[in-house]
Amino acid sequence: MPRENWFLVIIILCLALLPMSESRFYIFLGTDILIMGLFAVSLNLLLGYTGLVSFGQAAYFGIGAYTCALLMKKASVAFPIAFAAAAVFGAVAALIIGFFCIRLTKIYFAMLTLAFSQIVWAIVFKWNSLTGGDNGLIGIPFPQHLDSPTRFYYFTLFVVVLSLFLLRKLVNSPLGRMLTTIRENPERTEFIGINVKKFQLIAFMISGFFSAIPGALFGIFNHSIFPDLLFWSHSAEVLIMTILGGMYSFFGPMVGAAVILYLRMLVTSYTQYWPLIMGTILTLLLFFFPGGILGFLRSQLTFLKRNR
Amino acid sequence: MQLPDPSFLLIQCLSGLTYAMFLFLIASGLSLIFGILRVLNFAHGSFYMLGAYLTYQFVSYFINSPAYFWWAVLFASVSVALIGGIIEMLLLSRLYVREELNQLLFTYALVLILGDFAKIIWGTGQLSISRPAILKGAVQIFGQYFPEYNIFIILLGPGIALLFWLIMTHTRWGRIIRAAALDREMLGTLGVNVSWLFTVVFTIGAWMAGLGGALVAPIAAIVPGMDVEIIISAFIVVVIGGLGSFWGTLLGAVILGQVISFGILVLPRLSMVFIYILMAVVLILRPWGLLGKPLKR
Amino acid sequence: MLAVEKVKKSFDGFVAVNGVSFSIKRGEICAIIGPNGAGKTTLFNLITGHLPVDEGKLFFKGMDITHMPPHRICRLGMGRSFQRTNIFPRLTVFQNIQAAVLVHRGKSLNFLKPVESFFREETQAILKRVGLKDYGETVSGSLSYGFQKQLELGIALASEPELLLLDEPTAGMSAQETHQTIELIGRITKEKGLTLLFTEHDMEVVFSIAERIMVLHQGRLIAEDTPEEVRKNSEVQKIYLGEGR
Repeated sequence: MPRENWFLVIIILCLALLPMSESRFYIFLGTDILIMGLFAVSLNLLLGYTGLVSFGQAAYFGIGAYTCALLMKKASVAFPIAFAAAAVFGAVAALIIGFFCIRLTKIYFAMLTLAFSQIVWAIVFKWNSLTGGDNGLIGIPFPQHLDSPTRFYYFTLFVVVLSLFLLRKLVNSPLGRMLTTIRENPERTEFIGINVKKFQLIAFMISGFFSAIPGALFGIFNHSIFPDLLFWSHSAEVLIMTILGGMYSFFGPMVGAAVILYLRMLVTSYTQYWPLIMGTILTLLLFFFPGGILGFLRSQLTFLKRNR
Repeated sequence: MQLPDPSFLLIQCLSGLTYAMFLFLIASGLSLIFGILRVLNFAHGSFYMLGAYLTYQFVSYFINSPAYFWWAVLFASVSVALIGGIIEMLLLSRLYVREELNQLLFTYALVLILGDFAKIIWGTGQLSISRPAILKGAVQIFGQYFPEYNIFIILLGPGIALLFWLIMTHTRWGRIIRAAALDREMLGTLGVNVSWLFTVVFTIGAWMAGLGGALVAPIAAIVPGMDVEIIISAFIVVVIGGLGSFWGTLLGAVILGQVISFGILVLPRLSMVFIYILMAVVLILRPWGLLGKPLKR
Repeated sequence: MLAVEKVKKSFDGFVAVNGVSFSIKRGEICAIIGPNGAGKTTLFNLITGHLPVDEGKLFFKGMDITHMPPHRICRLGMGRSFQRTNIFPRLTVFQNIQAAVLVHRGKSLNFLKPVESFFREETQAILKRVGLKDYGETVSGSLSYGFQKQLELGIALASEPELLLLDEPTAGMSAQETHQTIELIGRITKEKGLTLLFTEHDMEVVFSIAERIMVLHQGRLIAEDTPEEVRKNSEVQKIYLGEGR
């Protein structure tokens, strides 16, 4: 087994042992990080791997959250089915919206993803009878057997690890390599015989699928969901986690999510000026660690190895 | 449903037009910066916000002077321009060699930092200043009252647009800027100091945003969050109108102003939705914007 | 092999390609020459589907490709290199070539197996053919200009094309690099029995390998003949001497 995989096994084991701390604080933080981390990695399939800046990824996260919650609360659908439906809905929504978006490039692509996500947000906001509108959806039932924070943490860990396993397999496969060539040079990729738009749409759909999964988890984790989940600022937040962690490494976004969520937890207990701290960190990172946190750590490691 | 009174519609239209003129000021600065520096400046809304807060501040300094408002507008917009210029020179200019996303991220970090600075200095409460003495009144239009100050803004907008257009078409700097926006590779051959040009353009853009914020101060609540609200609208204006198209920006601003102004009657709190729908339709049918030109490959 | 019939293209009223017609037989080596702005690159972009034609028709192996998207034209067996080097800069040299092999062998949609395991030998063979076998693990963006051009040729060859279009294959190269590249192209074309259409500004290169030369001037084809005849053509001489070359 390659060394990187051993490393991963150790990390997963550590995460599995986290509930032993018996600290509700860390279990909650851990769950939050796992959920947002998966969301960031899903976004990064578009951003870092395919070179598409989606500015509306919160839409699919929100669609996942609302699908799962509504099916359970209003239709009393069993959790596993509602959960699977959430992911499928996310993928279908991404397919429909992506069909229009992938015809554009760069800034225009970003703006159109933003426009669509805001339209979805408005629908959720306005559709009072179904979504509860501005008041949100409160009292989402706990799925059977997942009724303690620890149990839900383990379930989240399982789902996230499985999703990451699949996503990692994907980015290391020929399909994933094609996405990378599209990021590097779409014109050239077209002329090795690839239908670039089709592959971009596939990536968009997969990303929608895997963005809806953390959304569904999030709704259950919090018992309640609000339209804010779909607002553009949520898309911006996950974008920053991704870039901060390092968009050219698979686990970078996960690290970014962990660092931001942990710091936020820490900082907000001292001061209300979290945005100021966050902005300063971002600026420092941009000027001193351009490859993101993980990119920086990796370059330090190779540096150490060389000097040995 | 009863048809609304035509004079009411006219007033609604005029207030939409007032908003459009602010949007135009902000968006054309944004578009100018994007055209030359190829940087999508998220912090543009923050410059606008700073313009408003600084006007509030300068008004309290100059309150004893008869034309205190106009002095405050001048000082505030120039201060914002200087802040913008300094940021470009010291920080942003170091990021041009990097990927576009880095520049975007930096301007976003600025939004966070400047937003909190404003909160620390001026608090989170809502501030306001009164309209300048000579424009305090209101004119009667078909039985409805409309503030003189808003009329002034509606007239000022096209004035600034015309001035801007004349500068762009009739001066050496204007021609350089237009050439640079069309083809950046030409810049090197034009014999201009590129980094100086970038600083100047960024400063002018920041000045326009600051001016917009200064002028909006008497008729809008000066609050944290006004930065983010305007920047998204300004992005949309630029995209709908066509990136880099001057008249497109004006058209986009007017359309957005009207849609917001009338949309609010249909869906209060959600009038922005019409704008997003409009943007989606425009991007799908005419990705390069209403008056923009398709990008060359 | 390739037939171009009365093809026309204009940008904003500027006619870049004005009713050009020619055809190329299987196995031929043809060059298109002409001063800068004559419309050579535009013509290439029309043939490969990167630009839509305004008027006229294009046929490849008897099939109408006039309105086909580039990726389908490529799959029919047309390869091309670009004037400005066009590689995947952050990937290694090996990965660059392998990507093209993957597509050509129809594995681009596979999402289960690790990409490293695919077509290692095939990729190595191409690396060797274009003289990059010692550079497989180098990040391609850090290669020298000449090597990048060779890599581009390798990417084009990986699709096993029958017709190869090369846009200025030696642009920006030193005399030595030019010499090596031309030798390489000539050798590969012979070995693989390729049909070759290329543009070039270096007349020595053109006359050394082309069997037939087409001269493009202001969007029109003004001469089409063997190298000897083109050399003698007074109109061609006028254009080139008139330009001060």
